[in-house]
Amino acid sequence: MSISSPPAPLHYEDRDITGILRGVKSIAMVGASANWVRPSNFAMKYLLGKGYKVIPVNPGHAGNEILGQMTYRTIADIPGTIDMVDIFRASEAAGQTVDEVIEIAADKQIKIIWMQLGVRNDDAARRAEATGMTVIMDRCPKIEYGRLFGELGWSGVNSGIITAKRRRMV
Amino acid sequence: MMSDNSDGPWQYGPETKAVHAGSQPDPVTGARNTPIYQTTSYVFDDVDHAADLFNLQTFGFIYSRLTNPTVSVLEERLASLENGRACVAAASGHAAQFLTFFSLLEPGDEFIASKNLYGGSITQFGVSFKRLGWNCNFVDATKPENIRQALTPKTKAIFIEVLANPGGIVLDLEAIAEIAQDAHVPLIVDNTLATPYLLRPIDWGADIVVESTTKFLSGHGTSLGGAVIESGKFDWAADDKFPTMTQPDPAYHGLTFYETFGDFGFTMKTRAVGLRDFGPCLSPANAFYTITGIESLPARMDRHVANAIKVAEFLQIHPKVSWVSYAGLSSSPYHDLAKKYLPKGAGAVFTFGLNGGYEAGIKMVEGVNLFSHLANIGDSRSLILHPASTTHRQLNDEQRQAAGAGEDVIRLSIGLETPDDLIHDLDLALSTL
Repeated sequence: MSISSPPAPLHYEDRDITGILRGVKSIAMVGASANWVRPSNFAMKYLLGKGYKVIPVNPGHAGNEILGQMTYRTIADIPGTIDMVDIFRASEAAGQTVDEVIEIAADKQIKIIWMQLGVRNDDAARRAEATGMTVIMDRCPKIEYGRLFGELGWSGVNSGIITAKRRRMV
Repeated sequence: MMSDNSDGPWQYGPETKAVHAGSQPDPVTGARNTPIYQTTSYVFDDVDHAADLFNLQTFGFIYSRLTNPTVSVLEERLASLENGRACVAAASGHAAQFLTFFSLLEPGDEFIASKNLYGGSITQFGVSFKRLGWNCNFVDATKPENIRQALTPKTKAIFIEVLANPGGIVLDLEAIAEIAQDAHVPLIVDNTLATPYLLRPIDWGADIVVESTTKFLSGHGTSLGGAVIESGKFDWAADDKFPTMTQPDPAYHGLTFYETFGDFGFTMKTRAVGLRDFGPCLSPANAFYTITGIESLPARMDRHVANAIKVAEFLQIHPKVSWVSYAGLSSSPYHDLAKKYLPKGAGAVFTFGLNGGYEAGIKMVEGVNLFSHLANIGDSRSLILHPASTTHRQLNDEQRQAAGAGEDVIRLSIGLETPDDLIHDLDLALSTL
């Protein structure tokens, strides 16, 4: 049983999430695991398969590849620009990652911070949003991609989508 | 009735969901109705794609024992109608119940069930589950505190029917959900008799809904089917009670279902392990008939309950009828609970008693012309059964009484016919007693 009552659930408009997933090309995945049964590895493999450039960030694995992608110690170490940072860390630790991102956001042209399912840090989100970045929390880009582009329903999940429009091919 | 759309995204009403949820025009052909994907298996793009699918790293189809595009439409539609997160369909309601408990229980575990259940569930839980080491304690759940008193450290779930088959009894769902929450065990509700049109147990705190889609959902007596719907709100990791959800699963190369799939982890586990290893999958054809049936569920249920109340009111004042057990009647002790939980109607299945006992029961089922004498409920046609001479004949008198299937009991499932015709038919049969 939880000791304190949880904060109100977050709501994001489907069109905003769709816009992010359509616009983003490169994703730095903080906490990406080389262990293939870990959720981060699942999400990374899925997003790679959908054509995203996913760059793993994991100090313990830096210099080695995960799913064929070079792993970096920090986000700052990644060469070139990054559209989005996807954070697979505990909610509290995510705050530190967000501050790292804020520091290099202009340089790296980072526009979006995405915290994974179960990861939520409202204070950190406010700090990032104050610099003009978009923040998504407590969601998984793999699940959202599957939900909004019609694949998640294949597993019997309620996508919440009601439409008589022909489904896009993915 | 207007949906409550005061804030947040637009919430579609149940009638719209019944027609649209889960189904979009086919991406390849534009087919508007859901095609029947009558196929066992699906080609892989390449070896890597196959590996991703088998590892559950991507969404897609492998083999129709696990997922099928027609069945998926039904699953999403039911998840949507029940306000749940996800759904897995099964070959029957019994299969759905088996899969649910397989995902929850280890040998030696216990669960608590209301004793007012469909008779088939009582046998499944009390006899067949026992052979698997799953122990069910039946309690009188019309007094919710009985459930609290029956809790033990081994209790892993609470199972009830809110509107109980064969009807007449309504349980205090909100009070029972609170007991389940205090004990941190999932509350499972069999919603077969009410359907998500009359009652959405998840809105009142239920964690898992199971149903036989064979009945009102498919609605026309064409197709067997079952479903498990999870709310997505149960925290499986709050304690160590549910290792099947929170520990690496040896049946799936060490995958941890709750951590990996979050609020639809129970559904993924039930599908990827339960359906895979035991195989009671729903056929695409039956899914198609059920999807088609659900499109008219709201309209049909309105008519079912309107007809049921008229028939119950007729029987209540008939001199050859000793009692009528229907929560839709104001004389029912469960009428207030029915008004709270089932404001659109207390279902269309109920029982009544004949003054003439066993012999009158036999004459009654043989004397009707329009009612079909058979062992099902939730058909478009009106159905009649004398449990003591059919479904419950193997039991002794005492067992029959306890099951609400005494010698004088007649069960009706009221269909969609002209209500005056149904009353006329019963009246003629009663006149011969």
